[in-house]
Amino acid sequence: MSSVQTEVLLQTLISGLLLGGLYALIGIGMTIIMGVMKIINLAHGELMMVGMYIAYVLFSAFHLDPYLSILVAAPVLFLLGVALQKFLINPVMNVDSILPENQVILTVGIGMVLANLATIIFQSDYRQTPVSYGTKAWYLRDLWKHSPIELSLSMPWSVSFAFAVAITGGLWFFLTRTDMGKSIRATAQDNDAALLMGVNVGKMRVITFGLGSALVGAAGCLFIPIYYIYPDIGGQFTLISFVITILGGLGSTVGAIIGGLILGLFESLTATYIGMGWAPVGRFVIFVAVLIFIPGGIASLLKSRKLGK
Amino acid sequence: MKKYFPYIALAFLTVIPLLELNSYLMHILILVVMWSVIGMAWNLLSGYCGQVSFGHAAFFGVGAYTSGMLYAKLGISGWWGVPASIVVVTLFALVIGYICLRLRGPYFALATLSIGVILRIVVENLVQVTGGDLGIMIRERSWIEKTWFYYIILAIAAFSYLLVKKIIGSKLGYYFVAIREDQDAAESLGINTTLYKTIALCLSAVITGFAGAFYTNYMGYIDPKVVFALHDISIIAIMVVMVGGVATFSGPIVGAIIMVVLAEAIRSIPMLGTAHHTFFGILLIVIIIFLPNGIVGDFLKLKRLVGLARRPS
Repeated sequence: MSSVQTEVLLQTLISGLLLGGLYALIGIGMTIIMGVMKIINLAHGELMMVGMYIAYVLFSAFHLDPYLSILVAAPVLFLLGVALQKFLINPVMNVDSILPENQVILTVGIGMVLANLATIIFQSDYRQTPVSYGTKAWYLRDLWKHSPIELSLSMPWSVSFAFAVAITGGLWFFLTRTDMGKSIRATAQDNDAALLMGVNVGKMRVITFGLGSALVGAAGCLFIPIYYIYPDIGGQFTLISFVITILGGLGSTVGAIIGGLILGLFESLTATYIGMGWAPVGRFVIFVAVLIFIPGGIASLLKSRKLGK
Repeated sequence: MKKYFPYIALAFLTVIPLLELNSYLMHILILVVMWSVIGMAWNLLSGYCGQVSFGHAAFFGVGAYTSGMLYAKLGISGWWGVPASIVVVTLFALVIGYICLRLRGPYFALATLSIGVILRIVVENLVQVTGGDLGIMIRERSWIEKTWFYYIILAIAAFSYLLVKKIIGSKLGYYFVAIREDQDAAESLGINTTLYKTIALCLSAVITGFAGAFYTNYMGYIDPKVVFALHDISIIAIMVVMVGGVATFSGPIVGAIIMVVLAEAIRSIPMLGTAHHTFFGILLIVIIIFLPNGIVGDFLKLKRLVGLARRPS
């Protein structure tokens, strides 16, 4: 392998890893919702789009840095998620109908409304937040003069990645160390048992949906410095987060992190070696392959390893 | 009376072109009939057999492209696509079924959704074969008048209606419903669930493929973003049935009328033209919360909501 090829490969792996970190954050939001409520939230990407537009508006109106707008977007998305869960999804959980997939179809409806409202308010133009550090990068040769290969690390990408890691760490702390987090995990594990142990399951559901929305809203803010936005961006991220969730194993947070990283790497590799346009196909090939060969996702692999010991 | 209603409706629909409606109204009528065909197809797989598909655009698109490719590559009339789509769509349905039908419930739904997206991206990227994003244009229109288009799609619709009705009335239909109600119980009673789910998928796919092949010839232009559209095909197919009535014979037809007329009505209001997805979304949410089995399925409930039904004494 010549040095150029090595360079390309390493560069691809780096960008894949950074992308994967952000994907993981989106995936976690969906996986905790799925774990606790057992429904697939097909409006997930649209919620992320709302977060992105909040960051965009704050940037263009007040020049607020997109990373700071997480502090606004996450609470707003939390409230939005709580409202959606309370007034739309909860009533449907109790309605009996022929098709049990009604809740999934309902979230599709919510997503359609959100995306279309965004089109009406912001038009379907592609927009960007031109942050001053948008094109900055660190180069390997600046640090190590005689390095045989040249690698670069984009600054906004790495900052976003660092934020994603920090938020994930915070979430991990919340889920494992606080009472409420433990209640949420209990609800995810066994609804009825949690109810018997005195967990307010209804409230946990509402909070989980809010939390999942807040996470994906934060992810939207992290994407804003490196991506452009348009109202229909949500659908694509809904699919990505769903693929991550399946890849990671339903409701498994660790699985979602690993799944996000794998997907990011894989996409980045397909984009480099096969072609930009084919990257989404690679995504779905993974999806279908996982469904066929490891239906339980990475979580099931981890579990079987643990049990085997 | 009720027994003959479909025949009366069909007879009525056959004579409609004699009224010499203007071509815009004929266009809407054709769209209504086409969407009821897609709705019936979706209803067969999802309403009766319980396998909710989010990817009917895949079959619609394959049907449409069969027709388009026959015209573009072989130079024969696109109408050959209608019979040819039976073979092509069935093959696709078998492959898709092999992958997706081992999944259940929401997983099946999302697997089909992703199949639809995969096909769109593949067609977009295989530029040499399909023309990519440029799409396929049928240069010679078969007829200027819409009357013949109308009769063709009406024949397809009548055929699909009878097919669905026959199937649901037969043993096969009972198998489907049994699978929908409880797959494990059905299996334990000796129903080969995989086989019957595959049959439902293939039938549904073929009917949708007809609509797709018709669409190519009728519209004269297809591109991957149109015929493999998630929101404008797959989701509308779901909505047609959800609004009309899941697992009812007339539901898809009622749903198609409502959806097409609503779409055209919203589009014609100048300020709200861009907002038609919002209205669809709100309609979907309202229907799911208040009439989960659709207008036909929950007709009594609807009456009660409006306050027309007599209260039980």
